Amino acid sequence: MRVVIDQVSKQYQGRNGQELMALSDVNLIVNQEEFVVLVGPSGCGKSTLLSMVGGLLSPSSGSVYVEELESDRDYAVGMVFQEIGLFPWRTVAGNVAFGLEEAGLASAVVRERVEEYVTLVGLNGFEKSYPHQLSGGMRQRVGIARALATRPDLLLMDEPFSALDAQTRMLLQEEMLRIWNQTRLSTLYVTHNIQEAVYLADRVVVLSRRPGRVVSIIPIELPKTGRDKEPHLTAFNQYVEAIWGLIRHDAEDALREGEE
Amino acid sequence: MDMTTDIGTERRGYRRMVVNRLAVLEGTAQRGTGGVAMAVLVILWELFCRTGLVSSLYLPSPWAIVNAGMEMVGSGELLNNTLASLYRIGLGFLSGSIIGIVAGLALGFSRLAAAVGNPVIYALYPIPKIALLPLIILWLGIGELSKVAIISLGVFFPVFINTYSGVKNVDPLLIRVAVSFKASRLNLIRKVILPGALPVIFAGLKLAAGTSLLLLVAAEMIAAKEGVGAMILHYGDLMLTTKLMVGVVTLSLLGVAFNQGLQWLENRLIRWKH
Repeated sequence: MRVVIDQVSKQYQGRNGQELMALSDVNLIVNQEEFVVLVGPSGCGKSTLLSMVGGLLSPSSGSVYVEELESDRDYAVGMVFQEIGLFPWRTVAGNVAFGLEEAGLASAVVRERVEEYVTLVGLNGFEKSYPHQLSGGMRQRVGIARALATRPDLLLMDEPFSALDAQTRMLLQEEMLRIWNQTRLSTLYVTHNIQEAVYLADRVVVLSRRPGRVVSIIPIELPKTGRDKEPHLTAFNQYVEAIWGLIRHDAEDALREGEE
Repeated sequence: MDMTTDIGTERRGYRRMVVNRLAVLEGTAQRGTGGVAMAVLVILWELFCRTGLVSSLYLPSPWAIVNAGMEMVGSGELLNNTLASLYRIGLGFLSGSIIGIVAGLALGFSRLAAAVGNPVIYALYPIPKIALLPLIILWLGIGELSKVAIISLGVFFPVFINTYSGVKNVDPLLIRVAVSFKASRLNLIRKVILPGALPVIFAGLKLAAGTSLLLLVAAEMIAAKEGVGAMILHYGDLMLTTKLMVGVVTLSLLGVAFNQGLQWLENRLIRWKH
């Protein structure tokens, strides 16, 4: 299975009536077992694109579809959000179970899966805790477990670690890589953090500032693990610098105009 | 040299302590303070009545009220009246709040239903419900049904309005999450919108509890033979102030119990907040 983003554009009605072009003519394919990272300055529409792939927003023109399905079935997505969005009235186990319940799985299977994925993200012993009792990093682990537990065809992650402190973020990036190597899910990942992009991606897609366009698609030709250590550190830094070079001008513009 | 502390290094000039200027806001009250205050108030009331400065016709003493109350419990009069009132308020509150919650969820969820229903509801809302009692008696007769209906109507509005705004204020992110898992509409309401709106719904239920007591007594004063409201009116007409006060105290206890009951239910249902 692969996901095709075909000639997608998105326009918004601006506050004073004029049309705002958020995305323009984006073409992209996420292949089976591929980790694609979208990077770009603020206001490049990367989260908008992710929402459209997740079926939470319709494109103004163009289309998003999956193809090469092995049977004619509905496909599942798992989404992870920056603000996490755990249900505060559900425990850790209850949150992880949500997608499984909606998928109509039997309760014995649900219990089994919950245990499996709570273990995968290292939260054993916290099954009965409520979200407000957890730290930010633990909450996002729950968010990841919730998305993975349904065993989706496609994992969508919208700046999952941006709201976390720097140390927690580094730990979770490592963990993300470990989990991805176990599951090898097709993943579309949005971030504004270039190091994070180079650290995780098979391919980095650089978007321009509004209207968001694909500026460049950069395959990261490094092994999946140990990229930020010798002997790959030099190459890693070169990728980071090259991408920063592509974004820098747009980022400066964004800074001057402020967040809209 | 010790690398873990700066204390003890050479200093010059004056020393000033840093004071916690927020300490004034950190004062605490001891447990049971409220009970003691209440007891002191009742004792002062009793002592004031014993001085004989004011006739017991105008202000009976607490002790006299308790005695009258015991006597009325013994004769079964108080119980019968209280049960009649409880029946009306129970039925009225239950039906009004259920209809209010269901309507609030429906109008909060469907734009079409809101466009149709909201103008009607907001046109009826400002009418003091007691003004509708004569009309309701005309429609439903003077029996129990009209009293239950007026209470139900008075409860409906605060519960509806709170439910509606509770639904509107559910975190849109949680709805996105549920939809990303392909939750059905029913499950979206049941598992996301209802629990998300529950704290606000409970605020509405507590408001409605006050309204329902008010309407209960008003309805019983206008048209009833039994009930705490009818009892108060009856003893007021006979100028039996002590027995009248028994009715008033009963209402106070009823109100407190009502609120406590709702609080208990809220703590049980919204356990995740504590």
